[in-house]
Amino acid sequence: MSEVTGTNYLECLLKSWQAKPIESLSWLNQLRAQAIDRVSTQKLPTKRDEEWRFTDISPLTTLPYRPSQPDVNLRIQDIQHLFLDEVKNRLVFVDGYYSLQLSAVANPALVIGNLPALLSTHASILESHLGQYARFDQNVFTALSTAFLRDGAVIIAPRNTVIADPIHVIFIATQHEVTSYPRCLLIGESGSQITLIEDYVALQEAAYITNAVTEVSLAGNARAQHIRIQRESTQAFHFANCAVALAHASHYQSVSITQGARISRHNLDVRLTDEAAECTIDGLTLISGHQLADTHTCIDHSKPNGTSHQQHKCIADDTAHAVFNGKIIVRPHAQRTNSSQSSRNLLLSKTAQVDTKPQLEIFADDVKCAHGATVGQLDPEEIFYLRSRGLSEKAARNLLTYAFGAEIINRIPVISLKQQLAQTVLEQTQSN
Amino acid sequence: MIIENSPTILSVQGLRASINGTEILKGIDLTVKSGEIHAIMGLNGSGKSTFSKVLAGHPSYEVTGGTIQFEGKNLLELPPEERARAGLFLAFQYPIEIPGVANTQFLRLAYNTVQAQRGKEELDPLEFDDFVREKMKLLEMKPDFLDRSVNEGFSGGEKKRNEILQMALLEPKLSVLDETDSGLDIDALKIVANGVNRLTNKDNATILVTHYQRLLDYIVPDFVHVMQAGRIVMTGGKELALELETRGYDWITANKQQDAGVSA
Repeated sequence: MSEVTGTNYLECLLKSWQAKPIESLSWLNQLRAQAIDRVSTQKLPTKRDEEWRFTDISPLTTLPYRPSQPDVNLRIQDIQHLFLDEVKNRLVFVDGYYSLQLSAVANPALVIGNLPALLSTHASILESHLGQYARFDQNVFTALSTAFLRDGAVIIAPRNTVIADPIHVIFIATQHEVTSYPRCLLIGESGSQITLIEDYVALQEAAYITNAVTEVSLAGNARAQHIRIQRESTQAFHFANCAVALAHASHYQSVSITQGARISRHNLDVRLTDEAAECTIDGLTLISGHQLADTHTCIDHSKPNGTSHQQHKCIADDTAHAVFNGKIIVRPHAQRTNSSQSSRNLLLSKTAQVDTKPQLEIFADDVKCAHGATVGQLDPEEIFYLRSRGLSEKAARNLLTYAFGAEIINRIPVISLKQQLAQTVLEQTQSN
Repeated sequence: MIIENSPTILSVQGLRASINGTEILKGIDLTVKSGEIHAIMGLNGSGKSTFSKVLAGHPSYEVTGGTIQFEGKNLLELPPEERARAGLFLAFQYPIEIPGVANTQFLRLAYNTVQAQRGKEELDPLEFDDFVREKMKLLEMKPDFLDRSVNEGFSGGEKKRNEILQMALLEPKLSVLDETDSGLDIDALKIVANGVNRLTNKDNATILVTHYQRLLDYIVPDFVHVMQAGRIVMTGGKELALELETRGYDWITANKQQDAGVSA
């Protein structure tokens, strides 16, 4: 049943695609045409697909979710509360469309802007990166995003340049029953350093679909810190595909916070394509009510001497359902890989649910791979310790729950954002 | 110090306790008066750590008999947090790590909770910072200690110092130090012992639970009790600890058996 309606949803989107204007660049037209071809041969996934067996997305077929339209009514004071002190460069997208007046671009050392603007000045670098990492042949959401590709955030950290202030890209949802396609491309040229904050927010409770695609490419010795905050409306659907390619001795650190959306799916694929690349990937899912949050990560070691560390935590309350699938591939040539993965999950109610699945596929023999997963309630010894210091049982539980989430929040390298999120965690973990 | 006519802080009579249906404490009698330092010694499994956890109100243990009076109150009626607020402090043998919570945040929360209960003024983060730094000097602790997560990645010595720092902040009437000497090198032991000595006075009391005599070289007890199979089987002065150090625990068992033989 859901497959039939799912096809209808796709058909609707396909019809609206025909009407889109053609770009002047042939490679981009080609990319979009390839993507739309892929969409027409695919179906929306159902629980019968192994990769989606915990996540039923059939509810999204119950509303039309037409493509979003440009909306210029938002004023800076409506979104000022989202701004961060440390940020000098900010790109704001409203329902997937770039807003010049809400954005601020200040750093001349950096190439930053939206896709149409940079297509005229940086076409060749965009051609070699855009759509090259987030593959759409197996993924209907990435295919849709690429088929509808017309706007997006582009950030290029030039060779040997250190960008000290973090870049804030805000994707704001304002419209009901629409689908928007936020897109983000970060290119770190060799020896560069940059911090990117990707922020998905809603200004009101509404049902809509966000289909986001982010691509990150780090050249040799480049470093990037990537913070991703998903705080969509709790009625929204959020699908995100983030693909990261790491060249020789590059270094990628990411912290992903998932707290919004009724149903969300975050795929993070990191490929260590050359020797001695390093990544640290941390995640926190903090959900309640009827929320479902599914995180699938894949770290793919294909060359020797790579390092990856991952810690993913979920806190689920009420009847919320968190899913974590963490795949780590160590290919035959990836000798001396050092990899660790930990999945820790805290259930705050008897009806909350967590499904966690570490998935190690190791084909090299000289590797160090550690992994572990736990699901549970708070440790009674920890509660007793705090009570023996005078804290009530409730205060002890609240503090330990907060701490469980704060451990990940503390890894965010932007202080004001860290404090803001710590406050959110505090509010969401304090029972009365 | 033993002070004549000083008030009784703790009075334990016939205390029995079990865990998962197994009786560990089989009738403990102990009286601790203001100003006194008591050492409870015994082999592993004698019940001394259980005794300290039962005093602090660990929920895994079931008290099946006897009474505990603490400053005139029935301690067994109080949950752990109220025991702490009433002035009982347990320094843990294995302090818990809490990643995600800065030590200073935890220390201030504990301090303010107890202060509020005692009708005293709470301290804001800046005031507390000054206050706690002063106390940290007592234990020769580095300032970065405050910013790190509670006990996370602390060495054994640092964890134990953090326990004594909490004792210094909470100013308990009765401190129970459970194996505070375990895992400490001699320098750390001296620092911890020195801290404890500066915190003891005529108005409070201390119970040292320890396996070895070593700690008692630095914190000199007024009384030494020997625990065996869930009971206090012998009580003496500080010289008893030295005797245990040289002779071990077997002769007490032999004496006890002799006593039992006589009385039978």
